[in-house]
Amino acid sequence: MSAATLTPPRPGTACGHDGFARLLHAEWTKFRTVRGWVIAVIVAALVTMLLGVYAGARSQEGCPGGPCHYTIATGPGGEAVTDAYYLVHRPLAAHGTITVRVTSLATVIDSGLSPQGPSGTQPALVPWSKAGLIITAGPGQGAAYAAVMVTGAHGTRMQWNYAGDAPGLAGGVSAAAPRWLRLARAGDVITGSDSADGTSWATIAAVTLPGLAPTVQAGLFATSPGYTAPGSQQLTGGSSSGAPTDATAAFDRVSLRGGWPGSPWAGTPVNGGPTSISYPAGATAGYHQAGGTFTVTGSGDIAPGVTGATPADALLAGLFVGLIAVIVLGALFITAEYRRRLIRVTLAASPRRGRVLAAKAIVVGAVAFAAGLAGSAGAVLLGIPLLTGNGGAIYPASRLTDVRVIAGTAALVAVLAVFALGVGAILRHGAATVTVVITAVILPYLLAAGLPVLPAGAADWVLRITPAAGFAIRQVIPAYPQVAGSYTPSGDYFPLAPWAGLAVTCAWAAIALLLAAFLLRRRDA
Amino acid sequence: MRHALHAEWTKLRSLASTPWLLLAAALLTIVVSAAAAAATRCPAGACADDPARISLTGIYLGQAVIAVLAVLAVSGEYGTGLIRLTLAATPRRLAVLAAKAIVVTGLTVPAAAAAAGASLLAGRLILPGHGIGPSHGYPALSFSDGPVLRAGLGSVLYLVLIALLSLGAATALRDAATAIGVVLGLLYLFPIIAAVGTATVSRHLEQIGPMTAGMAIVATTGLSSQPISPWAGIGVLAAWAGGALLLGGILLRLRDA
Repeated sequence: MSAATLTPPRPGTACGHDGFARLLHAEWTKFRTVRGWVIAVIVAALVTMLLGVYAGARSQEGCPGGPCHYTIATGPGGEAVTDAYYLVHRPLAAHGTITVRVTSLATVIDSGLSPQGPSGTQPALVPWSKAGLIITAGPGQGAAYAAVMVTGAHGTRMQWNYAGDAPGLAGGVSAAAPRWLRLARAGDVITGSDSADGTSWATIAAVTLPGLAPTVQAGLFATSPGYTAPGSQQLTGGSSSGAPTDATAAFDRVSLRGGWPGSPWAGTPVNGGPTSISYPAGATAGYHQAGGTFTVTGSGDIAPGVTGATPADALLAGLFVGLIAVIVLGALFITAEYRRRLIRVTLAASPRRGRVLAAKAIVVGAVAFAAGLAGSAGAVLLGIPLLTGNGGAIYPASRLTDVRVIAGTAALVAVLAVFALGVGAILRHGAATVTVVITAVILPYLLAAGLPVLPAGAADWVLRITPAAGFAIRQVIPAYPQVAGSYTPSGDYFPLAPWAGLAVTCAWAAIALLLAAFLLRRRDA
Repeated sequence: MRHALHAEWTKLRSLASTPWLLLAAALLTIVVSAAAAAATRCPAGACADDPARISLTGIYLGQAVIAVLAVLAVSGEYGTGLIRLTLAATPRRLAVLAAKAIVVTGLTVPAAAAAAGASLLAGRLILPGHGIGPSHGYPALSFSDGPVLRAGLGSVLYLVLIALLSLGAATALRDAATAIGVVLGLLYLFPIIAAVGTATVSRHLEQIGPMTAGMAIVATTGLSSQPISPWAGIGVLAAWAGGALLLGGILLRLRDA
């Protein structure tokens, strides 16, 4: 497109632009001169904020005697991590390789909670139990690492820095089908390989751990997260749920090449304190060396996720109170005009009906966004310091996540106000509109996540297709495939990604608005 | 009073929306209940699900339609200005409110009974195929079973009380959209807000919330783990409904229409 083909704007266009500004001004005047609506919006924002303050200021659970002062371990990327395992290690210089054969991985689960008998352990397959080789910056919590491992039910894998995960050979490990693992360090680059026979090797991944110290710790590890059998209803999601388990792995044919300063093997239980690690009754971490064979027992997990921390979205329950006020406002903004017959004056003054609807959507959306932003920003920004000062721990989310939760919540409130406006323009009846919108938005969330009365599969579908999908924008803790757990809506895990969920709600609002514009042109007012 | 009752009956009966709302309330309840029963799976046969509660899931939606019906019985008159004529014809205003309450109750009962009966029947037919039935150690969903009978009759009573709560709220608030917003807020928000509080606060909120307390009537198993016992729960809802009617009645007498 060249400049020569552009036609200068006609005077009418400028006039029309001015006309739309006046239309916006007219709609804004209609909103601000109804005292009840203004008060309702301010109260909605205040209630949202105050419930966040209450959630932060209330006494934190699990700490009756005073503040708990949880320490939340964070990984190299600043994300919350679980970092608990048993490590058999020795120092490794800048270049070196360790190779080992794993002949068994056995896991037991604490049966103390079962009604069958006394506390004890029984063998159980824990899918994400892990044992193998690890190179770690140190035994401190959240240290940079790379590891190659066999797992209970997910084959051989390489994992690094908590979030990284790459699959290797499939299948489990046994004396008949052992797995050979190799971890090679060359400066900051660590390469993991696996082999079924010790001769033909395949590289799983080569990863860079920036700023790795010249001398690190390397060796064998074993760990096993708490586990609940599928189908059990008590599971709530995250890595903390389930009964205690531990994993015992047998290693042999350990071979070291390169720079291994002469210290002997040493065993260290890596964990963040007594609360973050839980062994089955009677089991303890440790290792045993006989000849060339190492037996290592450990419990915990090396993975993203954390227990005991409150995500910022827990401070936003007041959003629902504010939402009902904003939905009623959005509905009344158009249906009240029908009831008072004002719509005829409005449409006589501005015969281009689609523009009337657009102006109304902009005004009600902007008002709802402002109220939502004030409410959610107040709830989160006031709630977090209160909660941490109160001995609670806030889930360490990135600044970007905080912004997404606050601004996304405000956007969700705005989109739902526009949705209510669209439904109101279709139905032209206040009570019907409010009922339809609340049962389409709040009720699905309540049934799927709030109460919850729907089973997990149905709950996921409800939160994918109804306008309630947009509540996903509040999710702070991501669901990780390498952490076992039941990621259900009742545990604040939504089936859609945050922005995808908001997009579903936007689509509902857009459909309602388009249908409303079509009907507004077709029907007599 | 007979006169007022007859007038209210004629007004509500002759509204085009009334039969549709009653039909919608019953159908939505049954459809959602059957869908919830069809979506429930209990492979291990040892989950803590309550068959009656699953079978009556649709009440969470059906109550919204009943609430609209009750709100419109009052707010519709304010919207059109008919209320002035009504109050001129029957100057005893509390008689008008009482007549409305009786008529709304009379309309709600058959719709609620059909909804609850069909929902329980659907649950009885669907759930045993999904691991929740007599062969899995659960009571059969039959009215010869005391708790199931309580759940069935109780859900009718629940919907009637929701209608009366909505009627009272609409009389107090007059505007239909505001009234339905407040009623649905009262019903749906308590469990969401309860999640914020400590365990004790949360339990108390569930004990005083009209929906969380009232729906305790449909529980047939695990009663000790419920925040409130079935009859106490429906009593809490009755107190809400009575309070709303009282407030509505007082404001109706005090204010100009």
